[in-house]
Amino acid sequence: MTGEIKPGIYFWSGNDAIAEGAIFAGCRFFAGYPITPSNEVSERLSWRLPQVGGIFVQMEDEIASIAAIIGASWGGLKAMTATSGPGFSLMQENIGLAVMMEVPIVVANIQRGGPSTGLPTMIGMGDVQQARWGTHGPHEIIALSPSTIQEAFDLTIRAFNLAEKFRTPVILLADEGLSHLYERVVVPDPRDVIIVNRKMAKDPRNYLPYKADDDLVPPMAPVGEGFRIQTTGLTHDERGYPAINAEAQNRLIKRLIDKIRKRKHEIIDYEMYKCEDAEIVVVSYGSVARSAKSAVDMAREEKIKVGLLKLKTIWPFPDEVIFEMAKKVKKFIVAEVNEGQITREVERASRGQADVFWVGNYGGRWIYPEEILDKILEVR
Amino acid sequence: MAIVSGHPTEKYVRIDRLPHIWCPGCGMGIIFNAFARAIDELGIDPKKIVVVSGIGCSGRASGYWAYDGFHTTHGRPIPFAMGLKLARPDLHVVVISGDGDLLAIGGNHFIHAARRNVDILVILVNNFNYGMTGGQVGPTTPEGTRTTTTPYGNYLESPFNVVWLAAASGAVYVARWTVYHVRNLTESIKTAMQMRGFRVIEVVSTCPTDFGRRNRLPDPLDNLRYLKEHAVYKKNPDPREADIIWGKKFVIGEFVKIEGKETFGDRIRRIIQIAQSRLRKSGSH
Ligand SMILES: Cc1ncc(C[n+]2csc(CCOP(=O)(O)OP(=O)(O)O)c2C)c(N)n1
Ligand code: SF4
Ligand SMILES: [Mg+2]
Repeated sequence: MTGEIKPGIYFWSGNDAIAEGAIFAGCRFFAGYPITPSNEVSERLSWRLPQVGGIFVQMEDEIASIAAIIGASWGGLKAMTATSGPGFSLMQENIGLAVMMEVPIVVANIQRGGPSTGLPTMIGMGDVQQARWGTHGPHEIIALSPSTIQEAFDLTIRAFNLAEKFRTPVILLADEGLSHLYERVVVPDPRDVIIVNRKMAKDPRNYLPYKADDDLVPPMAPVGEGFRIQTTGLTHDERGYPAINAEAQNRLIKRLIDKIRKRKHEIIDYEMYKCEDAEIVVVSYGSVARSAKSAVDMAREEKIKVGLLKLKTIWPFPDEVIFEMAKKVKKFIVAEVNEGQITREVERASRGQADVFWVGNYGGRWIYPEEILDKILEVR
Repeated sequence: MAIVSGHPTEKYVRIDRLPHIWCPGCGMGIIFNAFARAIDELGIDPKKIVVVSGIGCSGRASGYWAYDGFHTTHGRPIPFAMGLKLARPDLHVVVISGDGDLLAIGGNHFIHAARRNVDILVILVNNFNYGMTGGQVGPTTPEGTRTTTTPYGNYLESPFNVVWLAAASGAVYVARWTVYHVRNLTESIKTAMQMRGFRVIEVVSTCPTDFGRRNRLPDPLDNLRYLKEHAVYKKNPDPREADIIWGKKFVIGEFVKIEGKETFGDRIRRIIQIAQSRLRKSGSH
């Protein structure tokens, strides 16, 4: 195929890597609205997508952007958008539509300082709970968080794979720190990478758009082939017809939640570093996990038994991993650039088995390794 | 003697979804049927028709026809339809939704899709109010009329001239009919379906339950009679003369018809060609 990236070593920013990861994963449709610090994703895709025969559109706003990618995904293309806090807020209603209609899409949210216009050019990590609960109503969501430029590339591919596999929106939660950092990225041979494509329905006869298989995911029908697709954001039955009653709601929402919750072992991904004998574990994610790793090394030099748990999946949250660790370690320190959005999760998941501390700030700068080290020294 | 069983457009309808939610006497049924007839008369393969709608009484049409139907979010059918059409340029993509959906919450998308000449047909059902939520004032409510949120009369809001808005924004086909003018409406849908680019048909409809009842037209037939008596057909009318003033005559007809204008999809495909030929020349990515 024309325009595909050659395997090899590249020197990219986080945003470059997200754009290239998307194309590598098979993304052929992007719609977005300019917003710092995500602009390099769309700028690169405006140049690169046409080379691979893909479509780039700059929309009139973020609501239109996400609506367009949902439509394009129904049209059979892998589709994504990229934004930051204010735009992510505008997208929430249609993230719910993609959950309800079961449409694979990827939303890259390059977090900046907030609320509101906040700190457009500076780091924030305050959208973690918005990614989880931003759209209204009960639901599950998948969110991934890269902390290196290689991960920005790899997790973007993974975001598409998970979206296709589970027929659901996947949020790529990056942050300004990572998006503008440059690092070496190894682009693998495409033959060595698994690319997942959605399950397609084959027979239009008696086709039921929302009848799930055993994996709880219904096959998606191609548009324009006589499947008489029927889909709505309203609560619906297996035919896709609106069913405005408690029974239908509870049946549908239970399946939508279960398809992710019951298979979360296929989704959850993390890295442990020097955790074997650790008495204190620093939990971190995104670009801040880099500082956390340095802090662990510094503490180890002072003979303190500290490890790092780096979350690559934020949602679904690795409750069991935290709980098992909580039984062994004495303390968790969560390092994050927000008021403690994952700290609360770690507290909840450790169920009183370990003390949980927060170290961080409210946005505008990274957390320095020394600050995390100070916290380690303070609580040990 | 031929025995007629069923309705001629029955095959385009999801019979198993009946009864529908529309009130008795609602104008929607007429529009619904006119579209199915137009498609039937044109002989377009119904498989190749995709209907996208937003939220509202009018937006429910996408669920009752037997075409591929997408009932999206309030105000967003146009960008959704754009994404779908760009992904599948071989399909006929039609948006049908209400005045509130397409011109209030979705107004920005309407003008931008027109500006880009996105290749979709938009059937805008203008019933002068927000039917589904109980008859509130909307972006096309005529001055002086009564709605549930203008209990003192709408002396607050001036309505859009939908025709002029569409024309000024770049639509290549702009027509206005009423649900009384079924034959014209059907023919107009046929014309529009054979064209390419951003096409708008404003259908002045009736909402006896909400708008009619509060404006001395509680009987569905009186609503139709109002449209019959006030709509004036003009040949080649000027979009600027398309204001709707309550109690006065208003113009219907085909206001804009431009053939051959490049669509957004055409341009995107050209950009792809340029990008790929440059890539071949430079020999690397
Ligand atoms: C974001 C959002 N805001 C408000 C609503 C509530 N709502 C549903 S339909 C509607 C208005 C419908 O009016 P119109 O588009 O004119 O359609 P009609 O019912 O008149 O055909 C509104 C405000 C909604 N569904 N979503
Ligand atoms: S409320 Fe009005 S627009 Fe809605 S179905 Fe009833 S008559 Fe039609
Ligand atoms: Mg209306």
